Parts: sequence; C-alpha cells; structure tokens
Amino acid sequence: MQHIIIGAGPAGVVAAETLRKADPDAVITIIGDEPEPPYSRMAIPYYLIDNVGESGTYLRDPDQHFKTQNIEVVQQRVDKIDAAGKQLNLADGSTRAYDKLLIATGSHPVSPPIPGLDLPQVHSCWTLENARNIIRLAQAGSNVVLIGAGFIGCIILEALVKRGINLAVVEAGNRMVPRMLDENAGGLLESWCKKEGIDVHSSCTVDGIAAAEGELVEVSLSDGSKLSAALVITATGVKANIDLLQGTGIKTDQGIIVDHSMQTSEPDIYAAGDVAQGVDFSTGKHEVQAIQPTAADHGRIAALNMAGQGSAHHGTLNMNVLDTVGLISCSFGLWMGVEGGESAQLYNAEEYQYINLQFDGDHLVGASSVGKTQHIGVLRGLIESRIHLGVWKQRLMQDPTAIMEAYVGCTQELGYS
Amino acid sequence: MQKSLHIDPGKCTGCLQCEMACSYEHTGTFNPSRSFIKVFTFHHEGRFAPYTCTQCDEAWCVRACPVDAISIDAATGAKVVSDDKCVGCKVCTIACPFGTINYSQSTGKVVKCDLCGGDPQCAAACPTDAITYIDADWTGYDRMLASASKSLPSAEVTA
Repeated sequence: MQHIIIGAGPAGVVAAETLRKADPDAVITIIGDEPEPPYSRMAIPYYLIDNVGESGTYLRDPDQHFKTQNIEVVQQRVDKIDAAGKQLNLADGSTRAYDKLLIATGSHPVSPPIPGLDLPQVHSCWTLENARNIIRLAQAGSNVVLIGAGFIGCIILEALVKRGINLAVVEAGNRMVPRMLDENAGGLLESWCKKEGIDVHSSCTVDGIAAAEGELVEVSLSDGSKLSAALVITATGVKANIDLLQGTGIKTDQGIIVDHSMQTSEPDIYAAGDVAQGVDFSTGKHEVQAIQPTAADHGRIAALNMAGQGSAHHGTLNMNVLDTVGLISCSFGLWMGVEGGESAQLYNAEEYQYINLQFDGDHLVGASSVGKTQHIGVLRGLIESRIHLGVWKQRLMQDPTAIMEAYVGCTQELGYS
Repeated sequence: MQKSLHIDPGKCTGCLQCEMACSYEHTGTFNPSRSFIKVFTFHHEGRFAPYTCTQCDEAWCVRACPVDAISIDAATGAKVVSDDKCVGCKVCTIACPFGTINYSQSTGKVVKCDLCGGDPQCAAACPTDAITYIDADWTGYDRMLASASKSLPSAEVTA
C-alpha cells in the first residue's frame, strides 16, 4: 500500500505518523515544496524574537524522526493530480503512483489589491523564508507598518515590539481580531497595544505603498495619515491552496469539501488541515478553520480512514488562543452567541480581564476571555462534551469565572455517599 | 503495573497541603497559585475536589503541540513538557478539554502535572488519603477518567 501525503505541515506529519502506527507495512511518502524540513508556522513568532533558532520551529527532529518512522520526505512541488490514473506529476518531471492520497497543502496569505505590495520592503509573515526577511528588515529603531490585526498579525506583534522597532498597525475592522473576539475583548486588546506604544489604526485601510527616500517606503492610510516605513508586513488573511485540484473534479468551495471521515468527493483522496473544509462542531456546516488543533485532528482522522480503520469525527471545534504583547485572549465555538441563547460576562477594563460565556439552554456553546491563562481548556471540555449544566448554569450566570468548578462539579463524584 | 493518581473528593478537607507540596517540588517555593494540582471548593455542597491532569490516553496536549515538546514518560505514562522545546504558543492549553495544562507567564512555558517522575508529592503530602498513587486498574480512577472524558465527541473513533 502506497500512501502519499502532499504537504509537510502539522496535518501531513500527524497523518504520516498515524498511518505508520495503523499500517506498519505501508509505504508512506510526504511531498512538501518548501526548502525546509517539516516545520510549524505556530513557532515563527518565537523564532522572530530569537527564543528559538530555526531548528526550534521543526515539527520533529528532521535527522532522526522520519528515518526511524520509515517515512519518506520528498522536497518537490506537485504539479498535477491524476485522480483517474491515481498518480501525481511532480515539478521535476517524474510521476508518483499512489493507492491513497492525502491533500494537506495548507493555505497561503492573501492581500487586498493595494498598490505597492510588490515593493521589496513588503512581506507577509507565513513561511520561514518570510520570517528571515522580517528579521533582516526589522532592525531596532526602524519603523514598521503591519497591515491586518487578525490572529496572525496580533501573534507577531510581540515579536516585532521586542525587536525594538516602532510599530503601526492598520486594521480594516472596527476592532482588533474581529473574527475571533467580540467588541469588549477586541477593545481591550487595542487599548493594551496602545499602552505598549503601538500606533493602532482600526476602521482604517491602506490606500497605497510608494517607494520613498533611501530604502524606505511611504504608506498612505484611508484616515489621511502617511507613515514612513522600512518594512511593511501584510497579515490580511489566508486562503486554502486548492489550485492543484483544477481538472480533478474534486469538490471545492472555500477549501476542499470533506466528509466526516475526511474523504473528498473522490474515493481514495482525502484532505486535512487548512486546505480542508470539514464539518464544524458547533454549526454542523462545512467550514475552513485553519487552526493548528484542527489540522492535527484532521490529519489523524484522515490517516485512520486511509489505513482502512473506519473512523468518523463529529466535527472540529473552532478555537484560538492568542498572546498579544503579553495579553492573552482565547475564544471557542459560538463565542458570538446564538439566537435565543443567554450569556454571562465579567468585564474589568482597568485590569484587562474579561470572560464571556454563551449558552443555548443549559449547554455552553461558546466562550471567550481576555487575561486568563488558567484552565481555559475546560471551556472546550464544557462545550464539546455538550454537558447539561443543570444547577451550574445559574451559578455560571452569576459567576462566569467558575468554569472549572462547573466542569468538575458536573463530571466528578464529589463524594456524597 | 503502571500507577495513577487516585482522587477521592469525599476525603478532602481542603487543607491545600497538596498544592503546597506540588509548588515546592516544581518551583522551590510554597506558592499554591503555581501548583499543578488545584483544590476546588464547592460552597453549596460543602465539599472540596482536588483536580489535576489524568494523563489521559487521548493525550490532547501531545497531539496539539506544534513542536513536539510534550512526550510520554515510558515509566510513569505521564505526559511531560520539555522546557527546552516548548515555545509557549499555548495551543495545548486550549486543546486540553480538562483545563489541566496551563501557561505560566513567569516562565513563558506551559506547565502540567508530571507525576513527579513516579513519586507524586501531592499524594505524599495528603493527610487524609484523598489523593493516593495506586495501581492504574483501580476502578475508582477509571471511573474518574471515564467521567472526565465522557462523550468528548471528536475523540471518539467509531466503526
């Protein structure tokens, strides 16, 4: 049995390892097109502040791990999938036959059509190669403009600030991280960033970037400001890498549509991670989540099915955790609430503390918080277990911080006997 | 036979010796806020419940880690964080549905119960045997683990 995995990110690597466990005799090949050992984009912010070297971003020990697991890792670009002939055409002209194929090609950054994005001072922050360019250009004392205060924009803020640069952030939405945090939480992030000396422009877009004196550029904003910068970083969202599927007949929308077993519309072809549009736990609809835990879960489920071990999951829960210059926020599931649902919240702007719980009946269906690091995972447990909160619903309405007590109280025998 | 922590909330008096012992073992200070085991107070019921990582088989934290920083101690079965490898991204802290792996702002890493390498200090410190370290097939522990993990759907593998 020949399994081929296109993509060497977390979904691909977890899938390869799961396959090896499930099918010790199979031939397993990962084909990735970046000139690096398999690495994690999640680690890039920590590479930017020299917390780890490049090797600290590697998903696994590149010298030993794949050899020990008998997983072949090939650095090549796949040009074409021949689904009828069950083979791949690679950029070097060779072909590879497969029995089962996993597409884990991830996503790529996208930008709105802003004039000047092709200037050499403009970079996205997505790959290790991007990170090397940012490190080169973000020298202490220089001015940097970050376009986009979404998840990726915010997670690299600290790295940029710690490099001693002067930072301006431009966000089109009315608050920071609008697709992960509500107005209270996003507002806390914004005032925190301003306190940290970051020049935040929300409800604002970039009109254009033009070459200026020396090695600098000038960034023109819709609010009339003109900012001088040595480096412009774009972090305005990502899009699934589905171009490869043209002509295969595999069903796509925002990403590749997959069923509960991660199979695409084509038998023997599966998809996982950022490229996959799988079932969302909360909505039951197909959504591209593009988050690390979902990539790992997708990779595992896909691999079990490729190995013939029937396995279905009930959808992945959308969730995020974000460290914005030391202020930690997170959100889970339907954090914006549901129609007819109830919510409880505690908001303390001075202390940068916030927690918001969203209920549907006596189930927790969504949550978000700012300034909390302890026991936040239990929000996932409360939501994903669909626990009936019973008496704890009212207690959480009164004290939304009692999440751990609610979980322990709902799941453990407290010893009444 | 692998051993596990067994927690019997009915015997807990809320004395917090376990939190003291845990923080001292791992940080060298008596600071309950840095303990990996936490005693929760149930005012309405008049009860206390110590709670920490169950070293669950699903190992959500291990699977979610993007840099291979959490490994399984072959001797104890504990999921152990390598400070050298952890970059502090916190993905495991939202992936663990039990809330028992947490980010420490003082170290910039995540922290969790490591069973003290096979000699858990919480159990040694507990004066009422509410926390014991016993053979893993003890049904009480299984029940705790099962109830904690019950119906976490994306963990389920169905034929």
